[in-house]
Amino acid sequence: MLQPITTIHYVVLSAALLLIGTIGVLTRRNIVIILMSIELILNAVNINLIAFSQHLQNMGGQIFAIFVITDAVAEAAVGLGILIALFRNKETVLADQIDLLKW
Amino acid sequence: MDSAFFYFFALLVLGGAILTITRRNAIHSAISLIVSLMGVAGLYLLQKAEFLFAVQIILYIGGIMVLFLFVIMLVNLDEQARERQFNGQWWAALACVVLVGAQVFYFIRKGSDALRLPPAADMSVNMTKGNTEMIADALFSEYLLPFEIASLLLLVAVVGSVVMAKKRI
Repeated sequence: MLQPITTIHYVVLSAALLLIGTIGVLTRRNIVIILMSIELILNAVNINLIAFSQHLQNMGGQIFAIFVITDAVAEAAVGLGILIALFRNKETVLADQIDLLKW
Repeated sequence: MDSAFFYFFALLVLGGAILTITRRNAIHSAISLIVSLMGVAGLYLLQKAEFLFAVQIILYIGGIMVLFLFVIMLVNLDEQARERQFNGQWWAALACVVLVGAQVFYFIRKGSDALRLPPAADMSVNMTKGNTEMIADALFSEYLLPFEIASLLLLVAVVGSVVMAKKRI
């Protein structure tokens, strides 16, 4: 029989998801996929908040998860707007071809 | 039974996440991300956060992912799918992430004794309120100022995204 699930399982899962998202942000060239990786990172944060909300029997964690989701919505809307403006001007969505500030 | 569900949802979350960051086609990445987000929603349900479960399905999968798919259709990604998918410093990034991951898991292991005990009392047993009602009570009394600031943030985001998507600024 499987062992009962405790908070530590959720913390480990959240850390693994955070690391996968970080790998996506740091290694991919496509900006759309970089934005998706940021969503993965925010979800890892949410799993942690919910797990500790249940562990400490405190509603604060769930409230903060709602605020994190609000931030994710705002970030996705603005980020994708910037992406469309960028694609209209430079005809590329690859992060390493947008190098106006590089020397 | 709960354990089996946890491992199933954890498999969805991690498998979807790994597919998201490795697929060549952006549409495939978005579909994998939807699978991953559904796994996260299942974990919310296991943790008795029913309101957040509904928010995750409606807002993330119904809202944000549709936005992503629209943008993928608007910007033509066909040429990009044939190019190199990872940037030149991917090995350095991977080494850094492995280092940070080793540290994180080391410290989780060090502090795991405090987290191993299951929660002492169940919130929902001795209270007559449901999860949504408790969230509403906390959100509109104790966290009223952050709530209003979040509405301001959303207003700024709406105006900002409209300005960004305009043809001539």
